[in-house]
Amino acid sequence: MGLSRESLLRAYRQMKTIREFEERAHAEIMNGQIAGFTHLYTGQEANAVGVCEHLSGSDTIISTHRGHGHCIARGADVIGMMKELWGSSEGLCKGKGGSMHVADIENGILGANGIVGGGPPISVGAALAQKIRGTTNVAVSFAGDGSVNQGTTFEAMNLAVVLKVPAVFVIENNYYSEHTNISYAVGCDDLKARTEAFGFPVFVADGSNFFDVYEAAGKAIEHCRQGNGPAGIFAETGRFHGHFVGDPQDYRAEGELDDLRENSDCLKIFRTNTADMSEISASDLDAIDAEVMELIDRSVTEAKAAPRPTPDQVTEDVYINYGAA
Amino acid sequence: MSQKTMRDAINEALHQAMAEDDSVFVIGEDVAGCNGAPSGKVGVTGGVFGITGGLYEKFGPLRCIDTPISESAIVGAAAGAALMGMRPVAEIMFADFIGVCMDQIVNQMGKFRYMFGGKSECPAVIRFAAGGGFSAAGQHSQAMYQVMTSFPGLKVVVPSNAYDAKGLMLQAIADNDPVLFFEPKALYQVACEVPDEMYKIPFGEAAMVREGDDVTVVAFGQMVGKAAEAIDSLEESGITCDLIDPRTTSPLDTKTILESIEATGRLVVVDEAPPRCGLTTDIAALAASKAFHSLKAPVVQVSAPHSPTPFSPELEAAYIPSVERIVAAIKEVTA
Ligand SMILES: Cc1ncc(C[n+]2csc(CCOP(=O)(O)OP(=O)(O)O)c2C)c(N)n1
Ligand SMILES: [Mg+2]
Repeated sequence: MGLSRESLLRAYRQMKTIREFEERAHAEIMNGQIAGFTHLYTGQEANAVGVCEHLSGSDTIISTHRGHGHCIARGADVIGMMKELWGSSEGLCKGKGGSMHVADIENGILGANGIVGGGPPISVGAALAQKIRGTTNVAVSFAGDGSVNQGTTFEAMNLAVVLKVPAVFVIENNYYSEHTNISYAVGCDDLKARTEAFGFPVFVADGSNFFDVYEAAGKAIEHCRQGNGPAGIFAETGRFHGHFVGDPQDYRAEGELDDLRENSDCLKIFRTNTADMSEISASDLDAIDAEVMELIDRSVTEAKAAPRPTPDQVTEDVYINYGAA
Repeated sequence: MSQKTMRDAINEALHQAMAEDDSVFVIGEDVAGCNGAPSGKVGVTGGVFGITGGLYEKFGPLRCIDTPISESAIVGAAAGAALMGMRPVAEIMFADFIGVCMDQIVNQMGKFRYMFGGKSECPAVIRFAAGGGFSAAGQHSQAMYQVMTSFPGLKVVVPSNAYDAKGLMLQAIADNDPVLFFEPKALYQVACEVPDEMYKIPFGEAAMVREGDDVTVVAFGQMVGKAAEAIDSLEESGITCDLIDPRTTSPLDTKTILESIEATGRLVVVDEAPPRCGLTTDIAALAASKAFHSLKAPVVQVSAPHSPTPFSPELEAAYIPSVERIVAAIKEVTA
């Protein structure tokens, strides 16, 4: 695939950063340090990174309720994100949005999103802006297997074809929407065919394998950059935690989580896949591991020390401010 | 009779209504739960808030129906089945998701009876978990009932305690019009005495939660408990209040509210939603137009400010009306 040493190391660093961000968030939620509803991306890191490693400049992403990984992969400031989870006024969204609404518009991150199916239509608009301006940039929407049954997702897919805009629809199939399995919620047997019937190609990937996602995403994104209209990426993946922190996970098969962590861990798979490569060595990756741990520790230390918002900030950033109630 | 949480009280109402009437069924996301899952434990979820627990086990897949994430289709399916004489109770999880299925609720279900010249009935109930208090931010914290109250053709229920929730739910299911049932999610775990047998609370009849002479306090949903706390804390200062919980915002028991205002001459209205075009404003307008000459002081509204719900716990604490703010409002009208 011809990835440079630099690209390989960056991809690994991104996946590891997401992993440790999520694992630390999990621990801090269990400690009662982080408020609200948090959905962790652990296990799905290769999807975000495999896609976002193709993005640059004013390419955009839009995410879901499970948004930390996508935002980190697209370059959001990790410390600003941790502060946001803590609800600090120095958080990426000043503590107004929290986990479900991490956003960084300047860096092409149109936001995590608390509404399932909320993202794809907005992403079509972002793609439309690129088309009108005559750029070769793309707009990527990440969405889950549950979101594909939402009317907004159908409408967005069809509109993207009608308008022939560079919208990339990434569907991450982790098999569950909350507690319901995809085999129940998607009525047809072939979701890829159902999606392609909208009129765009869908490239399938193993979502636990960075290289596989990277390759599929490359094809989809190139299709869009060439002005051929939208494309899809379908990644089979697994989340290592519950739907939200605290989910009893009654839907899992016995041993399912152990199996996922053992056999579908993108970090392990990356190490295996790169073991024979001359470009990088295990010690390079070990060094990244240490740096990432340091970064995540620092993000938590800074988040804990960061200023708290004050009541007057409640009514800031509303288009019209009538003052306190 | 025993202590039951609001969660258990609503759950009991659903069990009893379904046992009594075969046309009642529940439908929504994960109302059974674990469908298609490898564990094979279909039905153990019973809704993400646990309100539909045990219904799948008892009544099976035809009457406890899991759906894909498709809110428009869920509401539409409830509306269509109701037109055919069924009595669906659909769950839309968070009230904020009304944004996704507004057409089916407002333009469709809510207008059948009127647009069809009175020839149709649509006995559907749509349930929502509403309101703030969980740092759930802008898309999972809204009250929404104040918005829906503005649409003719929909009945809107907001219980403030477990006892009312059960009686209002049984009335909602028996009602022949579409009912939107907003469950303040901050109250799911709050318990009170709830009879085991079935009983109905009629719509449009407010509850008089406290009786007093000086101020009329009207509060909705999770604000009723806070208003009661505020009033009780004023006992020593000698200020006494009527506390009115309308229980249904549509139909609204204007009679009870106006009679109280006429007696006290002072009004405080409390709701957790923002004020513009909301219930506090609505009740203030009622007082201004129908009880103006009884008023001895300007009406005070206690509400959230005009902003979305913030995430940060400190910000949300400043956002949702507190007991202290209600106390201050009562003191203000009596000053
Ligand atoms: C419109 C809407 N309906 C329901 C929900 C509640 N909800 C949050 S996440 C989720 C499941 C989403 O499943 P999927 O798209 O597969 O994403 P995953 O959680 O697996 O990442 C549901 C039902 C929501 N947030 N928005
Ligand atoms: Mg999923």
